[in-house]
Amino acid sequence: MVTEKEIWNYLEEVFDPEIPVLTVVDLGVIRSVELIEDKCKVVITPTYSGCPAMKLIEEEIIAKLNEKGISSVSVDLTLSPAWSTDWITESGKQKLLEYGIAPPQDEVDKSVLFAEPPKVPCPQCKSVNTRMVSLFGSTACKSQYQCNDCLEPFDYFKCLK
Amino acid sequence: MEKQKALYEYVLRLADDSLILGHRVSEWCGHGPILEEDIALTNLALDLIGQATSLLNYAGELEGKGRDGDALAFLRYEREYKNLLLVEQTNGDFGKTIMRQFLFDAFRKPLFEKLQHSSDQHLAAIAEKSLKETKYHLKHTSEWVIRLGDGTEESHNRIQESLDALWKYTNEIFYKDDVDSVLIAENIIPSSEEIKAEWTKTINDVLEQATLTIPSNNWIQEGGRKGFHTEALGYLLAEMQYMQRAYPNMTW
Repeated sequence: MVTEKEIWNYLEEVFDPEIPVLTVVDLGVIRSVELIEDKCKVVITPTYSGCPAMKLIEEEIIAKLNEKGISSVSVDLTLSPAWSTDWITESGKQKLLEYGIAPPQDEVDKSVLFAEPPKVPCPQCKSVNTRMVSLFGSTACKSQYQCNDCLEPFDYFKCLK
Repeated sequence: MEKQKALYEYVLRLADDSLILGHRVSEWCGHGPILEEDIALTNLALDLIGQATSLLNYAGELEGKGRDGDALAFLRYEREYKNLLLVEQTNGDFGKTIMRQFLFDAFRKPLFEKLQHSSDQHLAAIAEKSLKETKYHLKHTSEWVIRLGDGTEESHNRIQESLDALWKYTNEIFYKDDVDSVLIAENIIPSSEEIKAEWTKTINDVLEQATLTIPSNNWIQEGGRKGFHTEALGYLLAEMQYMQRAYPNMTW
């Protein structure tokens, strides 16, 4: 008989389709896992409302758990509480950095309209002499930055709170 | 008007604002003035369409006639869309797109701030989620309004013209009818006066920094909330609904 803990371990083998270095557990999108007899219910939450990866994540969770011998799997989507970058695990943040994406920094309140962009260290050379190129990047969750010292452009996983 | 019916109508209005503006902004995909702005506008469109999906699915549940978000998005006629006239206006140049988005974001942010405490939990959850995205949108568009307004003579004149052209549609943002009074009484939505005060403050602050002038002409154009639209919407729907109209019930 499979346990909820084992299911959490299996979910560590499901990767985010857009940032394949993170598992869905690292990303913090798994809200709960529930086992009732042999039926498994997983509740997930989107990072952004229009995140195009959610459908694929749902299918990959079902495929992974089926592969582990759990045949009855349902995946539900919840919006509240809304996902925050605080839910990315510490090991997830470390993996992002090693992959070349700067992890979210603590930022001042965004309700202040014209706050300075956060100081984000370059994931390559660690210099803090970097600049924001654009608030929006290759996916909804990232901004574009460039390092003024090593000149490398890089993605910043922007803070969402 | 009963509560359920009013809530359906209200959610549909919010949803149509997101859907129609999201579609409009998505028309920039591949046509942005610079790569970073092309990507930024596409991200904005994606957030709006994502919000529209959540809202339309909820509207479908409230209606209870078996229509889902896709059916509501793609299979209604023009008069059944309840979006603001502001959001259906054509993109024009980059400045007009930014001005239209700014006038809208300055309304959406305080609205979602209040709606996240709605007594309707489903609506509150959608608002809580959407607020985080909308804060980024407002920051981005405010910065651009200032950059263009307080930029060169050319950029200043062009964005001022956009403001002049769009201003007549802004009064409708605070349109009120039975739908609103029923829901305000149930603590489901905030009063439009509360939202208008915050909207006005943001608009004044940003336009002042941008050295732009609010038009003195007080002509008002309304109708979207009742389904009366400008010429622009029909063309948009023809494009947006093309696949479902040409190949009914197709999926992929």
